[in-house]
Amino acid sequence: MTSTTYMRFELIRVLRNRRFFILSIGFPLVLFFLIAGPNRHVHSLGGSGIDAPLYFMIGLTAFGTMNSVISGGARIALDRTVGWTRQLRLTPLSPLSYLATKVLVAYLTALITIVVLAIAGSTLGVHLSAGTWLGTIGLLLIGLLPFAAMGILYGHLLGSDSLGPAVGGTTALLAFLGGTWFPITNGTLSDIAQALPSYWLTQASRFASGGPAWSALGWGVTAAWTVLLGTAAAWAYRRDTQRA
Amino acid sequence: MLITTSAVELQGIQKTFRSPAGPVRAVRGVDVAIRPGEVVALLGPNGAGKSTTIDVMLGLTKPDAGTATLFGLSPADAIAQGKVGGMLQVGSLLRDLSVRELVTVFASLYPAPLPVDDVLQLVGIERLAGRRTQKLSGGETQRVRFALALVTNPDLLVLDEPTAAMDVEGRHEFWETVRAFAQRGKTVLFATHYLEEADLNADRAVLMARGRVVVDGPTTEIKARVGTRIIRATLPAADPDTLATLPGVTSADTRGEGIVLRCTDSDAAIRALLERFPRARDIEISGAGFEEAFLELTRAEDDDEEAA
Repeated sequence: MTSTTYMRFELIRVLRNRRFFILSIGFPLVLFFLIAGPNRHVHSLGGSGIDAPLYFMIGLTAFGTMNSVISGGARIALDRTVGWTRQLRLTPLSPLSYLATKVLVAYLTALITIVVLAIAGSTLGVHLSAGTWLGTIGLLLIGLLPFAAMGILYGHLLGSDSLGPAVGGTTALLAFLGGTWFPITNGTLSDIAQALPSYWLTQASRFASGGPAWSALGWGVTAAWTVLLGTAAAWAYRRDTQRA
Repeated sequence: MLITTSAVELQGIQKTFRSPAGPVRAVRGVDVAIRPGEVVALLGPNGAGKSTTIDVMLGLTKPDAGTATLFGLSPADAIAQGKVGGMLQVGSLLRDLSVRELVTVFASLYPAPLPVDDVLQLVGIERLAGRRTQKLSGGETQRVRFALALVTNPDLLVLDEPTAAMDVEGRHEFWETVRAFAQRGKTVLFATHYLEEADLNADRAVLMARGRVVVDGPTTEIKARVGTRIIRATLPAADPDTLATLPGVTSADTRGEGIVLRCTDSDAAIRALLERFPRARDIEISGAGFEEAFLELTRAEDDDEEAA
Protein backbone atom coordinates (compact mmCIF):
# COMPACT_ATOMS: atom_id res chain seq x y z
CA MET A 1 0.00 0.00 0.00
CA THR A 2 1.45 3.36 -0.93
CA SER A 3 0.23 6.46 0.75
CA THR A 4 0.27 9.94 -0.72
CA THR A 5 -0.19 11.33 2.78
CA TYR A 6 2.94 9.50 3.86
CA MET A 7 4.88 10.94 0.93
CA ARG A 8 3.58 14.45 1.51
CA PHE A 9 4.73 14.45 5.12
CA GLU A 10 8.08 12.91 4.21
CA LEU A 11 8.59 15.85 1.86
CA ILE A 12 7.54 18.29 4.57
CA ARG A 13 10.07 16.72 6.94
CA VAL A 14 12.90 17.29 4.47
CA LEU A 15 11.82 20.85 3.76
CA ARG A 16 11.82 21.60 7.50
CA ASN A 17 15.36 20.34 7.79
CA ARG A 18 17.82 23.22 7.94
CA ARG A 19 20.71 21.07 6.79
CA PHE A 20 18.87 20.29 3.55
CA PHE A 21 18.44 23.97 2.75
CA ILE A 22 22.02 24.84 3.49
CA LEU A 23 23.67 22.03 1.55
CA SER A 24 21.21 21.41 -1.27
CA ILE A 25 20.05 24.96 -2.03
CA GLY A 26 21.83 27.71 -0.10
CA PHE A 27 25.39 26.53 -0.64
CA PRO A 28 25.09 25.89 -4.43
CA LEU A 29 23.22 29.16 -4.87
CA VAL A 30 25.80 31.28 -3.06
CA LEU A 31 28.70 29.52 -4.76
CA PHE A 32 27.06 30.00 -8.14
CA PHE A 33 26.97 33.77 -7.73
CA LEU A 34 30.45 33.83 -6.18
CA ILE A 35 32.07 31.83 -8.97
CA ALA A 36 29.93 32.58 -12.02
CA GLY A 37 29.31 36.24 -11.16
CA PRO A 38 32.86 37.53 -11.81
CA ASN A 39 33.11 35.25 -14.87
CA ARG A 40 29.71 36.00 -16.34
CA HIS A 41 31.19 37.24 -19.67
CA VAL A 42 33.61 34.31 -20.12
CA HIS A 43 32.79 32.22 -23.16
CA SER A 44 34.25 28.76 -23.47
CA LEU A 45 35.24 28.33 -19.83
CA GLY A 46 38.69 26.74 -19.59
CA GLY A 47 38.50 25.64 -23.22
CA SER A 48 35.31 23.65 -22.61
CA GLY A 49 33.36 25.54 -25.27
CA ILE A 50 30.66 26.32 -22.69
CA ASP A 51 29.79 29.80 -21.34
CA ALA A 52 30.84 30.21 -17.70
CA PRO A 53 27.35 31.00 -16.25
CA LEU A 54 25.82 27.96 -17.95
CA TYR A 55 28.73 25.71 -16.95
CA PHE A 56 28.57 26.73 -13.30
CA MET A 57 24.76 26.69 -13.23
CA ILE A 58 24.75 23.00 -14.21
CA GLY A 59 27.87 22.26 -12.16
CA LEU A 60 26.37 23.62 -8.96
CA THR A 61 23.00 22.07 -9.76
CA ALA A 62 24.87 18.77 -9.95
CA PHE A 63 26.49 19.51 -6.59
CA GLY A 64 23.20 20.44 -4.90
CA THR A 65 21.14 17.60 -6.39
CA MET A 66 23.83 15.04 -5.58
CA ASN A 67 23.52 16.11 -1.99
CA SER A 68 19.68 16.00 -2.07
CA VAL A 69 19.55 12.57 -3.62
CA ILE A 70 22.27 10.93 -1.52
CA SER A 71 20.91 12.37 1.71
CA GLY A 72 17.37 11.39 0.66
CA GLY A 73 18.22 7.72 0.89
CA ALA A 74 20.66 8.21 3.72
CA ARG A 75 17.79 9.56 5.84
CA ILE A 76 16.76 5.91 6.20
CA ALA A 77 19.59 5.72 8.75
CA LEU A 78 17.84 8.38 10.88
CA ASP A 79 14.59 6.39 10.86
CA ARG A 80 16.49 3.21 11.62
CA THR A 81 18.45 4.50 14.58
CA VAL A 82 15.37 5.86 16.36
CA GLY A 83 13.51 2.57 15.88
CA TRP A 84 11.05 4.06 13.42
CA THR A 85 11.60 1.49 10.65
CA ARG A 86 10.74 -1.18 13.21
CA GLN A 87 7.54 0.66 14.09
CA LEU A 88 6.72 0.95 10.39
CA ARG A 89 7.03 -2.79 10.03
CA LEU A 90 3.87 -3.12 12.12
CA THR A 91 1.98 -1.05 9.55
CA PRO A 92 0.59 -2.05 6.14
CA LEU A 93 3.24 0.15 4.48
CA SER A 94 5.54 -2.34 2.74
CA PRO A 95 9.32 -1.93 3.00
CA LEU A 96 9.44 -1.44 -0.75
CA SER A 97 6.87 1.41 -0.66
CA TYR A 98 8.85 2.95 2.15
CA LEU A 99 11.97 2.84 0.00
CA ALA A 100 10.18 4.12 -3.10
CA THR A 101 8.83 7.05 -1.08
CA LYS A 102 12.33 7.95 0.10
CA VAL A 103 13.67 7.93 -3.47
CA LEU A 104 10.71 9.88 -4.90
CA VAL A 105 10.99 12.51 -2.19
CA ALA A 106 14.74 12.76 -2.84
CA TYR A 107 14.03 13.39 -6.53
CA LEU A 108 11.36 15.99 -5.72
CA THR A 109 13.84 17.88 -3.58
CA ALA A 110 16.40 17.63 -6.40
CA LEU A 111 13.85 19.32 -8.68
CA ILE A 112 13.65 22.19 -6.22
CA THR A 113 17.41 22.69 -6.49
CA ILE A 114 17.19 22.55 -10.29
CA VAL A 115 14.47 25.22 -10.39
CA VAL A 116 16.28 27.50 -7.93
CA LEU A 117 19.56 27.29 -9.87
CA ALA A 118 17.73 27.79 -13.17
CA ILE A 119 16.29 31.05 -11.88
CA ALA A 120 19.70 32.07 -10.55
CA GLY A 121 21.21 31.23 -13.96
CA SER A 122 18.70 33.39 -15.80
CA THR A 123 19.79 36.41 -13.74
CA LEU A 124 23.31 35.95 -15.16
CA GLY A 125 22.05 35.62 -18.71
CA VAL A 126 21.52 31.88 -19.12
CA HIS A 127 18.59 31.36 -21.47
CA LEU A 128 17.65 27.92 -22.73
CA SER A 129 14.73 26.85 -24.91
CA ALA A 130 12.02 24.74 -23.26
CA GLY A 131 13.16 21.71 -25.24
CA THR A 132 16.78 22.12 -24.15
CA TRP A 133 15.68 22.55 -20.55
CA LEU A 134 13.61 19.37 -20.66
CA GLY A 135 16.50 17.42 -22.18
CA THR A 136 18.95 18.81 -19.63
CA ILE A 137 16.66 18.02 -16.70
CA GLY A 138 16.16 14.54 -18.13
CA LEU A 139 19.92 13.98 -18.27
CA LEU A 140 20.33 15.31 -14.73
CA LEU A 141 17.63 13.00 -13.38
CA ILE A 142 19.16 9.98 -15.10
CA GLY A 143 22.64 11.03 -14.01
CA LEU A 144 21.40 11.12 -10.40
CA LEU A 145 20.39 7.43 -10.37
CA PRO A 146 23.76 6.15 -9.05
CA PHE A 147 23.58 8.72 -6.25
CA ALA A 148 20.07 7.64 -5.28
CA ALA A 149 21.36 4.07 -4.97
CA MET A 150 24.35 5.31 -2.97
CA GLY A 151 21.98 7.10 -0.61
CA ILE A 152 20.01 3.91 0.06
CA LEU A 153 23.25 2.04 0.65
CA TYR A 154 24.38 4.67 3.16
CA GLY A 155 20.95 4.64 4.78
CA HIS A 156 21.25 0.95 5.56
CA LEU A 157 24.94 0.82 6.45
CA LEU A 158 25.62 4.00 8.42
CA GLY A 159 24.60 5.19 11.84
CA SER A 160 23.04 8.61 12.26
CA ASP A 161 26.31 10.01 13.64
CA SER A 162 28.47 9.21 10.62
CA LEU A 163 25.76 10.23 8.17
CA GLY A 164 26.55 13.94 7.85
CA PRO A 165 30.30 13.54 7.27
CA ALA A 166 29.79 10.61 4.88
CA VAL A 167 27.22 12.37 2.71
CA GLY A 168 29.02 15.72 2.81
CA GLY A 169 32.43 14.18 2.14
CA THR A 170 31.24 12.00 -0.73
CA THR A 171 29.41 14.88 -2.36
CA ALA A 172 32.36 17.27 -2.05
CA LEU A 173 34.89 14.76 -3.37
CA LEU A 174 32.79 13.54 -6.27
CA ALA A 175 31.76 17.09 -7.14
CA PHE A 176 35.39 18.21 -7.19
CA LEU A 177 36.59 15.23 -9.27
CA GLY A 178 33.54 15.52 -11.51
CA GLY A 179 34.39 19.06 -12.59
CA THR A 180 31.73 20.97 -10.69
CA TRP A 181 34.09 23.78 -9.74
CA PHE A 182 36.06 24.00 -13.00
CA PRO A 183 36.09 22.04 -16.26
CA ILE A 184 38.39 19.02 -16.32
CA THR A 185 39.50 18.73 -19.91
CA ASN A 186 42.75 16.77 -19.98
CA GLY A 187 45.41 14.86 -18.04
CA THR A 188 45.16 12.05 -15.50
CA LEU A 189 42.45 13.93 -13.63
CA SER A 190 40.34 13.83 -16.76
CA ASP A 191 40.80 10.05 -17.07
CA ILE A 192 39.71 9.59 -13.47
CA ALA A 193 36.85 12.04 -13.88
CA GLN A 194 35.40 10.24 -16.88
CA ALA A 195 35.01 7.07 -14.85
CA LEU A 196 32.89 8.89 -12.24
CA PRO A 197 29.12 9.43 -12.36
CA SER A 198 29.50 13.00 -11.09
CA TYR A 199 31.50 13.94 -14.21
CA TRP A 200 28.66 12.90 -16.50
CA LEU A 201 26.11 14.60 -14.29
CA THR A 202 28.07 17.83 -14.73
CA GLN A 203 28.44 17.12 -18.45
CA ALA A 204 24.72 17.76 -18.89
CA SER A 205 25.94 21.31 -19.44
CA ARG A 206 27.36 20.24 -22.80
CA PHE A 207 23.90 19.28 -23.98
CA ALA A 208 22.47 22.48 -22.49
CA SER A 209 24.92 24.56 -24.54
CA GLY A 210 23.70 22.97 -27.77
CA GLY A 211 26.06 20.00 -27.95
CA PRO A 212 25.22 16.30 -28.06
CA ALA A 213 23.97 14.37 -25.05
CA TRP A 214 26.37 11.97 -23.33
CA SER A 215 28.81 9.88 -25.33
CA ALA A 216 28.55 6.09 -25.23
CA LEU A 217 31.15 6.21 -22.44
CA GLY A 218 28.88 8.57 -20.49
CA TRP A 219 25.88 6.26 -20.74
CA GLY A 220 28.07 3.27 -19.96
CA VAL A 221 29.66 4.80 -16.86
CA THR A 222 26.30 6.00 -15.53
CA ALA A 223 24.70 2.60 -16.15
CA ALA A 224 27.63 0.74 -14.59
CA TRP A 225 27.59 2.83 -11.40
CA THR A 226 23.81 2.50 -11.19
CA VAL A 227 24.00 -1.29 -11.42
CA LEU A 228 26.94 -1.53 -9.03
CA LEU A 229 25.53 0.76 -6.35
CA GLY A 230 21.99 -0.49 -6.98
CA THR A 231 23.08 -4.08 -6.32
CA ALA A 232 24.91 -3.06 -3.16
CA ALA A 233 21.89 -1.04 -2.02
CA ALA A 234 19.55 -3.98 -2.69
CA TRP A 235 21.82 -6.23 -0.64
CA ALA A 236 21.90 -3.76 2.25
CA TYR A 237 18.15 -3.27 2.05
CA ARG A 238 17.46 -7.00 2.16
CA ARG A 239 19.90 -7.51 5.00
CA ASP A 240 17.98 -4.92 7.01
CA THR A 241 14.41 -5.84 6.16
CA GLN A 242 14.44 -9.62 5.97
CA ARG A 243 15.79 -10.29 9.41
CA ALA A 244 12.44 -11.79 10.30
CA MET B 1 -19.89 -20.40 12.36
CA LEU B 2 -19.44 -21.50 15.91
CA ILE B 3 -15.72 -21.96 15.69
CA THR B 4 -13.94 -18.67 15.94
CA THR B 5 -10.37 -18.23 14.80
CA SER B 6 -7.97 -17.30 17.55
CA ALA B 7 -6.78 -13.71 17.54
CA VAL B 8 -3.34 -14.98 18.47
CA GLU B 9 -2.05 -18.52 18.21
CA LEU B 10 1.51 -19.37 19.20
CA GLN B 11 2.61 -22.98 18.89
CA GLY B 12 5.90 -24.35 20.11
CA ILE B 13 7.81 -21.09 19.73
CA GLN B 14 11.54 -21.40 20.36
CA LYS B 15 14.22 -18.77 19.90
CA THR B 16 17.89 -18.83 20.79
CA PHE B 17 20.16 -15.82 20.42
CA ARG B 18 23.90 -15.95 19.99
CA SER B 19 25.85 -13.91 22.50
CA PRO B 20 29.55 -13.57 23.34
CA ALA B 21 28.89 -15.64 26.47
CA GLY B 22 27.31 -18.45 24.42
CA PRO B 23 23.79 -19.12 23.19
CA VAL B 24 20.91 -17.57 25.14
CA ARG B 25 17.69 -19.57 24.99
CA ALA B 26 15.29 -16.62 25.14
CA VAL B 27 12.12 -18.59 24.40
CA ARG B 28 11.93 -22.35 24.97
CA GLY B 29 8.65 -23.70 23.67
CA VAL B 30 5.79 -21.27 24.19
CA ASP B 31 2.18 -22.14 23.36
CA VAL B 32 -0.45 -19.46 23.80
CA ALA B 33 -3.88 -19.00 22.24
CA ILE B 34 -5.87 -15.80 22.69
CA ARG B 35 -9.53 -15.49 21.72
CA PRO B 36 -10.82 -12.37 19.98
CA GLY B 37 -11.96 -9.81 22.56
CA GLU B 38 -9.71 -11.07 25.34
CA VAL B 39 -7.42 -8.78 27.30
CA VAL B 40 -4.32 -10.75 28.19
CA ALA B 41 -1.29 -9.76 30.22
CA LEU B 42 2.05 -11.30 29.38
CA LEU B 43 3.65 -11.23 32.78
CA GLY B 44 7.16 -11.95 33.92
CA PRO B 45 10.42 -10.52 35.18
CA ASN B 46 13.02 -8.94 32.90
CA GLY B 47 14.66 -11.54 30.70
CA ALA B 48 11.65 -13.86 30.86
CA GLY B 49 11.31 -13.85 27.07
CA LYS B 50 8.27 -11.56 26.86
CA SER B 51 9.70 -9.17 24.27
CA THR B 52 11.09 -11.98 22.11
CA THR B 53 7.69 -13.72 22.23
CA ILE B 54 6.03 -10.47 21.13
CA ASP B 55 8.60 -9.95 18.36
CA VAL B 56 7.92 -13.46 17.03
CA MET B 57 4.19 -12.86 17.26
CA LEU B 58 4.53 -9.68 15.20
CA GLY B 59 6.86 -11.24 12.65
CA LEU B 60 9.75 -9.00 13.70
CA THR B 61 11.86 -12.01 14.69
CA LYS B 62 11.91 -15.40 13.01
CA PRO B 63 11.54 -18.24 15.52
CA ASP B 64 13.93 -21.21 15.41
CA ALA B 65 10.90 -23.46 15.77
CA GLY B 66 7.15 -23.10 16.04
CA THR B 67 4.50 -21.04 14.29
CA ALA B 68 2.68 -17.80 15.01
CA THR B 69 -0.65 -16.87 13.46
CA LEU B 70 -2.83 -13.80 13.96
CA PHE B 71 -6.51 -14.21 13.05
CA GLY B 72 -5.53 -17.35 11.14
CA LEU B 73 -3.02 -15.41 9.02
CA SER B 74 0.73 -15.17 9.08
CA PRO B 75 1.88 -12.13 11.09
CA ALA B 76 3.04 -10.44 7.85
CA ASP B 77 -0.36 -10.88 6.18
CA ALA B 78 -2.29 -9.74 9.26
CA ILE B 79 -0.08 -6.65 9.45
CA ALA B 80 -0.47 -5.96 5.71
CA GLN B 81 -4.25 -5.99 6.23
CA GLY B 82 -3.93 -3.43 9.01
CA LYS B 83 -5.25 -5.75 11.73
CA VAL B 84 -2.42 -5.11 14.17
CA GLY B 85 -1.42 -2.02 16.12
CA GLY B 86 1.57 -2.02 18.38
CA MET B 87 3.47 -0.02 20.88
CA LEU B 88 6.96 -1.46 21.07
CA GLN B 89 9.25 -1.13 24.03
CA VAL B 90 11.84 1.04 22.33
CA GLY B 91 11.52 3.63 19.64
CA SER B 92 11.22 7.36 19.48
CA LEU B 93 9.19 9.50 17.10
CA LEU B 94 9.92 10.93 13.67
CA ARG B 95 11.43 14.40 13.95
CA ASP B 96 10.35 17.53 12.14
CA LEU B 97 6.63 16.78 12.33
CA SER B 98 4.02 18.02 14.78
CA VAL B 99 2.20 15.50 16.96
CA ARG B 100 -1.00 15.92 14.92
CA GLU B 101 0.91 15.49 11.65
CA LEU B 102 2.63 12.35 12.86
CA VAL B 103 -0.63 10.77 14.05
CA THR B 104 -2.25 11.76 10.72
CA VAL B 105 0.53 10.12 8.69
CA PHE B 106 0.25 6.98 10.73
CA ALA B 107 -3.53 6.85 10.38
CA SER B 108 -3.19 7.22 6.60
CA LEU B 109 -1.38 3.89 6.40
CA TYR B 110 -4.38 1.92 7.72
CA PRO B 111 -7.64 0.91 6.06
CA ALA B 112 -10.04 2.01 8.83
CA PRO B 113 -8.34 4.46 11.19
CA LEU B 114 -10.04 6.37 14.00
CA PRO B 115 -10.48 10.14 13.61
CA VAL B 116 -7.18 11.81 14.57
CA ASP B 117 -8.75 14.47 16.80
CA ASP B 118 -10.74 11.87 18.72
CA VAL B 119 -7.59 9.91 19.44
CA LEU B 120 -5.61 12.99 20.52
CA GLN B 121 -8.40 13.77 22.96
CA LEU B 122 -8.73 10.18 24.14
CA VAL B 123 -5.04 9.98 24.97
CA GLY B 124 -5.10 13.49 26.47
CA ILE B 125 -2.61 15.13 24.14
CA GLU B 126 -4.79 17.73 22.33
CA ARG B 127 -2.69 20.51 23.85
CA LEU B 128 0.43 18.94 22.35
CA ALA B 129 -1.08 18.60 18.86
CA GLY B 130 0.91 21.47 17.34
CA ARG B 131 4.20 20.68 19.03
CA ARG B 132 7.16 19.20 17.13
CA THR B 133 7.83 15.64 18.24
CA GLN B 134 11.47 16.33 19.14
CA LYS B 135 10.30 18.79 21.82
CA LEU B 136 8.31 16.31 23.91
CA SER B 137 9.21 14.92 27.33
CA GLY B 138 9.60 11.17 27.89
CA GLY B 139 6.08 10.78 29.27
CA GLU B 140 4.57 12.87 26.45
CA THR B 141 6.44 10.81 23.86
CA GLN B 142 5.00 7.65 25.40
CA ARG B 143 1.48 9.06 25.10
CA VAL B 144 2.02 9.96 21.47
CA ARG B 145 3.26 6.44 20.81
CA PHE B 146 0.09 5.15 22.40
CA ALA B 147 -1.94 7.49 20.16
CA LEU B 148 -0.14 6.02 17.14
CA ALA B 149 -1.09 2.50 18.18
CA LEU B 150 -4.69 3.49 18.88
CA VAL B 151 -5.41 5.60 15.78
CA THR B 152 -4.81 2.57 13.57
CA ASN B 153 -7.97 1.06 15.09
CA PRO B 154 -6.50 -2.45 15.08
CA ASP B 155 -8.30 -5.70 15.90
CA LEU B 156 -5.27 -6.69 17.95
CA LEU B 157 -3.46 -4.12 20.07
CA VAL B 158 -0.04 -5.18 21.33
CA LEU B 159 1.64 -3.14 24.06
CA ASP B 160 5.16 -4.03 25.19
CA GLU B 161 5.69 -2.63 28.71
CA PRO B 162 3.70 0.46 27.79
CA THR B 163 3.73 2.23 31.15
CA ALA B 164 7.47 2.06 31.79
CA ALA B 165 8.02 5.82 31.38
CA MET B 166 4.67 6.99 32.84
CA ASP B 167 3.88 8.57 36.18
CA VAL B 168 1.12 7.21 38.41
CA GLU B 169 -1.60 9.47 37.04
CA GLY B 170 -0.49 8.77 33.48
CA ARG B 171 -0.75 5.05 34.12
CA HIS B 172 -4.25 5.35 35.48
CA GLU B 173 -5.50 7.28 32.44
CA PHE B 174 -3.64 4.96 30.11
CA TRP B 175 -5.31 1.81 31.43
CA GLU B 176 -8.71 3.47 31.44
CA THR B 177 -8.28 4.16 27.72
CA VAL B 178 -7.05 0.62 27.02
CA ARG B 179 -10.05 -0.87 28.82
CA ALA B 180 -12.44 1.37 26.88
CA PHE B 181 -10.78 0.25 23.65
CA ALA B 182 -11.09 -3.42 24.65
CA GLN B 183 -14.78 -2.97 25.34
CA ARG B 184 -15.30 -2.43 21.63
CA GLY B 185 -14.54 -6.12 21.11
CA LYS B 186 -10.84 -5.62 20.45
CA THR B 187 -8.14 -8.03 21.51
CA VAL B 188 -5.40 -6.56 23.69
CA LEU B 189 -2.13 -8.17 24.70
CA PHE B 190 0.24 -6.30 26.96
CA ALA B 191 3.56 -7.20 28.51
CA THR B 192 4.34 -6.06 32.01
CA HIS B 193 6.40 -7.02 34.99
CA TYR B 194 3.88 -5.70 37.47
CA LEU B 195 1.41 -8.30 38.71
CA GLU B 196 -0.79 -5.47 39.90
CA GLU B 197 -1.15 -4.10 36.37
CA ALA B 198 -2.07 -7.53 35.10
CA ASP B 199 -4.50 -8.07 37.93
CA LEU B 200 -6.33 -4.78 37.44
CA ASN B 201 -6.44 -4.68 33.66
CA ALA B 202 -6.39 -8.18 32.19
CA ASP B 203 -8.95 -10.98 32.01
CA ARG B 204 -6.16 -13.46 32.01
CA ALA B 205 -2.45 -13.55 32.59
CA VAL B 206 0.24 -15.62 30.97
CA LEU B 207 3.14 -15.80 33.37
CA MET B 208 6.48 -16.31 31.69
CA ALA B 209 9.86 -16.92 33.26
CA ARG B 210 13.11 -18.08 31.70
CA GLY B 211 11.56 -18.48 28.29
CA ARG B 212 8.62 -20.63 29.34
CA VAL B 213 4.98 -20.20 30.26
CA VAL B 214 4.75 -21.01 33.95
CA VAL B 215 1.09 -20.24 34.59
CA ASP B 216 -1.67 -19.41 32.12
CA GLY B 217 -4.99 -18.47 33.64
CA PRO B 218 -6.92 -15.90 35.61
CA THR B 219 -4.71 -13.58 37.64
CA THR B 220 -6.09 -15.11 40.85
CA GLU B 221 -4.39 -18.35 39.91
CA ILE B 222 -1.06 -16.61 39.58
CA LYS B 223 -1.53 -14.88 42.88
CA ALA B 224 -2.19 -18.25 44.48
CA ARG B 225 1.05 -19.59 43.05
CA VAL B 226 3.33 -16.72 43.92
CA GLY B 227 1.56 -15.20 46.94
CA THR B 228 0.76 -11.54 47.27
CA ARG B 229 2.13 -10.69 50.74
CA ILE B 230 5.09 -11.63 52.84
CA ILE B 231 5.02 -11.89 56.62
CA ARG B 232 8.34 -11.60 58.40
CA ALA B 233 8.66 -12.20 62.13
CA THR B 234 11.06 -13.34 64.79
CA LEU B 235 10.16 -16.78 66.14
CA PRO B 236 13.06 -18.88 67.51
CA ALA B 237 13.09 -22.64 66.81
CA ALA B 238 10.13 -22.58 64.44
CA ASP B 239 9.52 -25.49 62.07
CA PRO B 240 9.02 -24.33 58.45
CA ASP B 241 6.88 -27.36 57.58
CA THR B 242 4.41 -26.53 60.35
CA LEU B 243 4.36 -22.86 59.37
CA ALA B 244 3.61 -23.75 55.74
CA THR B 245 0.38 -25.49 56.82
CA LEU B 246 -1.05 -22.29 58.35
CA PRO B 247 -4.12 -20.97 56.50
CA GLY B 248 -3.34 -18.46 53.73
CA VAL B 249 0.37 -19.44 53.60
CA THR B 250 1.88 -20.85 50.40
CA SER B 251 5.44 -21.35 51.59
CA ALA B 252 7.55 -20.78 54.68
CA ASP B 253 11.24 -20.34 55.33
CA THR B 254 13.34 -19.84 58.43
CA ARG B 255 16.40 -17.64 58.53
CA GLY B 256 18.10 -17.99 61.89
CA GLU B 257 15.50 -16.86 64.40
CA GLY B 258 13.47 -15.16 61.68
CA ILE B 259 10.63 -16.63 59.65
CA VAL B 260 9.40 -15.64 56.20
CA LEU B 261 5.87 -16.62 55.16
CA ARG B 262 4.70 -16.14 51.58
CA CYS B 263 0.92 -15.66 51.70
CA THR B 264 -2.12 -15.55 49.49
CA ASP B 265 -4.23 -14.33 52.43
CA SER B 266 -2.05 -12.49 54.91
CA ASP B 267 -5.03 -11.62 57.15
CA ALA B 268 -5.86 -15.26 57.78
CA ALA B 269 -2.20 -16.13 58.06
CA ILE B 270 -1.36 -13.50 60.68
CA ARG B 271 -4.35 -14.48 62.85
CA ALA B 272 -3.40 -18.15 62.70
CA LEU B 273 0.26 -17.37 63.35
CA LEU B 274 -0.46 -15.37 66.50
CA GLU B 275 -2.93 -17.93 67.78
CA ARG B 276 -0.54 -20.87 67.32
CA PHE B 277 2.69 -18.99 68.12
CA PRO B 278 1.95 -16.13 70.53
CA ARG B 279 5.70 -15.63 71.00
CA ALA B 280 6.11 -14.36 67.43
CA ARG B 281 7.37 -10.75 67.49
CA ASP B 282 8.82 -7.99 65.28
CA ILE B 283 6.05 -8.76 62.81
CA GLU B 284 6.23 -7.09 59.43
CA ILE B 285 3.81 -7.55 56.52
CA SER B 286 4.84 -6.38 53.06
CA GLY B 287 3.95 -6.77 49.40
CA ALA B 288 5.63 -9.74 47.78
CA GLY B 289 8.64 -9.20 45.53
CA PHE B 290 7.28 -10.81 42.42
CA GLU B 291 10.56 -10.79 40.59
CA GLU B 292 11.92 -13.07 43.27
CA ALA B 293 8.80 -15.22 43.29
CA PHE B 294 8.86 -15.64 39.51
CA LEU B 295 12.44 -16.78 39.61
CA GLU B 296 11.67 -19.26 42.37
CA LEU B 297 8.84 -20.74 40.33
CA THR B 298 11.06 -21.31 37.33
CA ARG B 299 14.06 -22.47 39.27
CA ALA B 300 11.86 -25.34 40.42
CA GLU B 301 10.99 -26.12 36.78
CA ASP B 302 14.62 -26.11 35.73
CA ASP B 303 15.53 -28.48 38.53
CA ASP B 304 12.78 -30.82 37.34
CA GLU B 305 14.15 -30.73 33.83
CA GLU B 306 17.71 -31.37 34.89
CA ALA B 307 16.68 -34.21 37.18
CA ALA B 308 14.64 -35.86 34.44
